[in-house]
Amino acid sequence: MLSFSPLKTATIIGICLLGLLLCLPNLMPPPAPWLPWRHIHLGLDLQGGSYLLLKVDMDAVTRERLEGLVDLTRRTLLSANIGYQRLAAEPAANRVVFRLRDPSQREAAIAALRAALEKVQSSDEVMVAPLDADGVALTLSPQSLVQRAQAAIEQSIEIVRRRIDETGVVDPQIARQGTDRIVVELPGVSDPERIKALLGQTAKMTFHLLDAEANPANPPPPGVEFLPLEGQPNTKIPVRKHVEVDGADLTDARAGQNPQTGEWVVNFTFNAAGARRFADVTRANVGKPFAIVLDNRVISAPVIREPITGGRGQISGRFDAKSATDLALLLRAGALPAPLAVIEERTVGPELGADSIRAGAIALAAGSVLVVAFMAVFYGLFGWFANLALLANLILMLAILSVLEATLTLPGMAGILLTLGMAVDANILINERIREEVKAGRTPIAAMEAGFRRAYGTILDSNVTALLAHVMLFIFGAGPVRGFAVTITVGIATTLFTATLLARLLMVRWYARTRPALLPV
Amino acid sequence: MFIRPLFRLVPDGTRIAFMRGRYLGLIVSALLSSLSVGLFFYPGLNLGIDFRGGIVIEAKTPGPADFAAIRAALAAEHLPAAGVQRFGGPDDVLIRLEAAGDEKATDAAADRVREALARAIPGTKVLKVDAVGSSVSAELFHKGMLALGISLLMILAYIWFRFEWEFAVGAVVTLLLDITKTIGFLAVTRFEFDLVMVAAILTILGYSTNDKVVVYDRVRENLRKYRTMPLRELIDLSINETLNRTLGTSMTVFLAALPLALFGGASLSGFAWTMLFGIVVGTSSSIFIAAPILLFLGEHRLRRDAARPKPAKTPVA
Repeated sequence: MLSFSPLKTATIIGICLLGLLLCLPNLMPPPAPWLPWRHIHLGLDLQGGSYLLLKVDMDAVTRERLEGLVDLTRRTLLSANIGYQRLAAEPAANRVVFRLRDPSQREAAIAALRAALEKVQSSDEVMVAPLDADGVALTLSPQSLVQRAQAAIEQSIEIVRRRIDETGVVDPQIARQGTDRIVVELPGVSDPERIKALLGQTAKMTFHLLDAEANPANPPPPGVEFLPLEGQPNTKIPVRKHVEVDGADLTDARAGQNPQTGEWVVNFTFNAAGARRFADVTRANVGKPFAIVLDNRVISAPVIREPITGGRGQISGRFDAKSATDLALLLRAGALPAPLAVIEERTVGPELGADSIRAGAIALAAGSVLVVAFMAVFYGLFGWFANLALLANLILMLAILSVLEATLTLPGMAGILLTLGMAVDANILINERIREEVKAGRTPIAAMEAGFRRAYGTILDSNVTALLAHVMLFIFGAGPVRGFAVTITVGIATTLFTATLLARLLMVRWYARTRPALLPV
Repeated sequence: MFIRPLFRLVPDGTRIAFMRGRYLGLIVSALLSSLSVGLFFYPGLNLGIDFRGGIVIEAKTPGPADFAAIRAALAAEHLPAAGVQRFGGPDDVLIRLEAAGDEKATDAAADRVREALARAIPGTKVLKVDAVGSSVSAELFHKGMLALGISLLMILAYIWFRFEWEFAVGAVVTLLLDITKTIGFLAVTRFEFDLVMVAAILTILGYSTNDKVVVYDRVRENLRKYRTMPLRELIDLSINETLNRTLGTSMTVFLAALPLALFGGASLSGFAWTMLFGIVVGTSSSIFIAAPILLFLGEHRLRRDAARPKPAKTPVA
């Protein structure tokens, strides 16, 4: 137990030196770009920044799919000349239901719908089946709901990333959490209002024809809805629900000014498919108004003067420089598949972060000095060995946190300090044990040997229980508290190494050199 | 100081009959814990924003804060501020709002407070914004409690696995008593109970278990060493033998946590004071609670076990 082979000695010292080396990236920039330069990140609570937890409205995804199904059903039945009534979406049951005027046409209706569905999506996504005596239900299959939800969150993350990248925030972290949440971390952003405003819009832009006959005083005819005009919520525009051209086909959008009027506009360009559809629609509807709808509000409804065939267009509304720039940004980044809601925000300004770092550093320094002094006063030379081991412990902890690229938070700093306070427990156990063995009349070498061997089981037991509690905290905790769990967990692991192996090596080396007749315990 | 220790915390060879005070210790502990349970229901814990939801905004005004102007600005925006108060210096303002029923509304209200503040007192710096929707706070609370519960169960399982069941039950009952007292401490001091406090309680839990394990380890060792010694004497002996270590480790953790309480800033001082309280409670409960429980549970059983040695477990300290 007490003899250290040269190899073992070299390994222990090597690990400590390696730890020192791995701490370097925290102090200086990489000397060469190819070096793996991993370092500890400061948490948002220390460097300042904004944490946003976003929730994807999955119900909206389903609702929108059902709306699409209603539209498709209407067109299919109309073109097949099948009379129907009470066509409606039932979001609670994930289905669209209608009744046939003539129940004998049911088989024909089902066949026509299946054929129509086949063209737009894979056949197993929607199940078409008879309902009661005279009805038909189009139900979204459970696996397609799961797949669409999955796709919706992945697409949302992508769009969120693009939108945030466009704002120029440095080093944003965007990650999925659970099935319907997105975590966004924005270092250095102390006022996330603009970003929240950008993320709060789905920015779904569509082009629709209007229904000139509909009167807002009456309920809308089938396939038509009244949408408010942007900036004038009381003006209702009768918009046909069918999407003529989708904003998803845009390839570019830029804010600009109309050279004649100086008015702010957004210029956009379609891809080939969009350009073709845009040309077809405008050619067939010259002289009619054409509504540009953004998130269920009509931005403008200009009259088509001539067919637009070049795939370029312009949106004018009541824009100023900022709103035109933001709209162009949103259109470039693409529409979110579903609305996002901010359900948690934590923002820390840079001043508070700096204050926290200072407070944490002072506490860390003062706490370390007190612990080191305690060990020196109550355990003498062996206490100093423990203190050296403590220093190595700190270095190894920082090294591991660097390699993990862990995030250091304010509670994390508290965790480091508490680890230092707990780490010497192992040395205290060993020293007390050695002292008892000396009292029991053992020779120094036998006392040291017995001290280490017997204390080891206790050290292991007591650290395992502490470890269990903090692993639970890591699993169930959130935010800065996880930083605390990480530092303590890493600290317990390094303690087992430094307090036993390293402290023992120091003691044995000292003993071999001085050969004292009495141990200073 | 550099070679020989200057002091000992406790002189060697103490023979304090701790078990004589076992009834007193248990009664005092039971009383304090019952009182704490009462305090948990009334006045109850001061739930922090993590668990209650809502908005907390810390701001620094250019001059001494004009609280009336801030209140008026918030009222004009129809923001029902639950509290506008000073914290720290005269220019530090803390604004609290209750969680809105709708989660989107909670976060939107935070933005409106910012705007109202900027309009009412130009130049105001927002230091910190926390806005937590109601589903998030419910979830955080649920997870926090889950972390506590599972940790307790795992500690029970581990000690059971490593020792006899009497030790495991003794440790977990003691831990429950420790936790209730800590809850009582939080109810009295009005420190905010949030995720960081759960971390404090879990740390106390780990620390306190650690302390019990050391004493129990020694009891187990002495059970094998002194086959005929009555359990009561044996427990007293074990506590006395480990007293320097028990107090020593408590001291080092205490010394580490003390600067956090004094200099750690607003967000950590509650955590650190709770830790300090927990260290004192955890240390005293190792001696006055965990050991007597072991004595009651194991009076006959453990002695019999010792007389008929079990197959060797791992070495003990």
